[in-house]
Amino acid sequence: MATRGPISRALEREDTLAFWLLAPTLLILTLFIAYPFVRGVWLSLSNSTVGEPGHFIGLANFYKIFSDSIFRTAAYNTFVYTAITTVFKLALGLWLALLLNRHFRGKSWVRAFILLPFIIPTVLSTLAWKWMFDPTFSVFNWLFWKLHIINSRINWLGDPELAMGSIMMVNVWRGVPFYAISLLAGLQTINPDLHEAAAIDGANRFQRFWYVTWPLLLPVTMVVVLFSVIQTFADFQLVYVLTGGGPANATHLFATYAYQIGIGTGLLSEGAAISLAMFPALLLVVVFQLWYIRKVENR
Amino acid sequence: MAQVKLTNLNKKFDGTHAVKDVNLEIRDREFVVLVGPSGCGKTTTLRMVAGLEEISSGDISIDGKVVNNLAPMDRDIAMVFQNYALYPHMTVYDNMAFGLRMRKFERPEIDRRVTHAADVLGIQPLLERRPRQLSGGQRQRVALGRAIVRNPRVFLFDEPLSNLDAALRVQMRVELKRLHERLETTAIYVTHDQVEAMTLGDRVVVMKDGTVQQVGGPLELYDRPANRFVAGFIGSPAMNFIGATLAEANGSLWAEAQGLRVRVPPQKAERLRRHAGQRVVMGLRPETLRPATAADSDYAFDATIDVVEPLGSEILLDVRVGDSPVVARVDPGLRFSARERVRLAFDPARVHFFDATSEAAI
Repeated sequence: MATRGPISRALEREDTLAFWLLAPTLLILTLFIAYPFVRGVWLSLSNSTVGEPGHFIGLANFYKIFSDSIFRTAAYNTFVYTAITTVFKLALGLWLALLLNRHFRGKSWVRAFILLPFIIPTVLSTLAWKWMFDPTFSVFNWLFWKLHIINSRINWLGDPELAMGSIMMVNVWRGVPFYAISLLAGLQTINPDLHEAAAIDGANRFQRFWYVTWPLLLPVTMVVVLFSVIQTFADFQLVYVLTGGGPANATHLFATYAYQIGIGTGLLSEGAAISLAMFPALLLVVVFQLWYIRKVENR
Repeated sequence: MAQVKLTNLNKKFDGTHAVKDVNLEIRDREFVVLVGPSGCGKTTTLRMVAGLEEISSGDISIDGKVVNNLAPMDRDIAMVFQNYALYPHMTVYDNMAFGLRMRKFERPEIDRRVTHAADVLGIQPLLERRPRQLSGGQRQRVALGRAIVRNPRVFLFDEPLSNLDAALRVQMRVELKRLHERLETTAIYVTHDQVEAMTLGDRVVVMKDGTVQQVGGPLELYDRPANRFVAGFIGSPAMNFIGATLAEANGSLWAEAQGLRVRVPPQKAERLRRHAGQRVVMGLRPETLRPATAADSDYAFDATIDVVEPLGSEILLDVRVGDSPVVARVDPGLRFSARERVRLAFDPARVHFFDATSEAAI
């Protein structure tokens, strides 16, 4: 037998091997997650601007943003936006997943098509939506006009309330495929015998869903909702492309407002403070959901 | 308590005819076993009775009432699935109570029935557990419990023991039989295991390629198989088949094959005479063979031992007669060795003959 070199002998040791296997991931996490995060925290506690390193000023940035009415609007918008779109995405996604879980001709084609909104680069599809919401050229306005539903133009993105609703609509459109496909994958792990057993046990269609499908799908649903909430909470592209936060700063979310302050006006430290302001809320959501998933999976 | 009647039952999936003209009458309280190799249509038949599979043509009636278009829940049946199909997120108690809750039973009645069934099945201490905390045998009992609490008219079993290990299977088989005697409910049981079929069934239905081959009591199938398939399927080790030609000589009928010339017993000769000169298949069960004595001259043949399999309670001799492999099941007290020549005799009352082309018993 050939004698082995010192490196391969060292790698025989479990802790050495573990270290080297983990090292690339650790490096990437440190460089791209941990460092920017720490740097962001530092920025938010400083008075740095573009071209100015700045110095430590404590929580001054946070006091400032909490008394900023636009920030409060953005915070409110972010929560409402996340809550409402999540409910719609979950309901529509689940409905679609249940439909796609049935056997029908051309099933795989339909499944592929469903994914389209998810595959198209968000900025591009959002630009298409912007065109559809355009006050002059809106295809919706044209349609409603032809159907005699409206007799004056709807200013989809010009009216503060309507603009938020329009953005939510695009978010739901873009988010539903992710829910549908993930939940469909979850549905397919449920043994069809359980439905047959429940049918024989006397459960009707709705009862079979409520007592068998839903509880068994819950762990997958929670994971999907977790991912979606995090993404929606930090959404940027839709608002940036559709309204840029307007009209009159009415549709800002945490991310767009942070961008506007931090990059747009160059107040890096204040922008960082706004970004970090959503961190506690997200953390709570994540902790709660992970706890809940673990609880569901352990029963 | 119910009779189940299948009339000209057919099932076609796209391209395949899975069940062909099945006619079967299952009497009240009878335990009927559908047995056959995989793909023979036994499970499809059962699922049609359950209402889980649409009927292509024909009728299924329970107690004289056609149930073709009734939903599973309205047929008053219970089914035990091969993989148990227990609800993984519910406790054992809830699994058993589910069917009763769906049927709007009162709470005390649910409690009474579940407790009683748990007593009968010996799963009382497991009621608060979840299915994944149970062993295979315990899950099996819960699945049975879920079926019996409902007190249905018909029990359907879809290979319920096939996921258990060999020892447990034998134990559960006995328990199932005991349970059936106690509950006195009509039962239809599907299995591919002929031993299960023989031990459990009041009557056994042997199926192949979607058609019923023979219906009868276990011993009837064993002693008087209707065709070569049933003869080979029922019994373990399987019946030996030797291709032979029938020839008349000295006023008797003889079956001749390479390395073998035996007399056709007089009681069979009558029916076989018109096949004289033709090819037939001779069937000999391993247990009807024994080492020959001088008195056995006409009902014996010479063989060469290939392998000796001592099983303790018996010895299986794998021998060769001409080109045909033959298994003999003989007394464990005897001693044999491989490549030894041995003369084997058979019980003339228990030899079978089958038509070489139609394979029907002659």
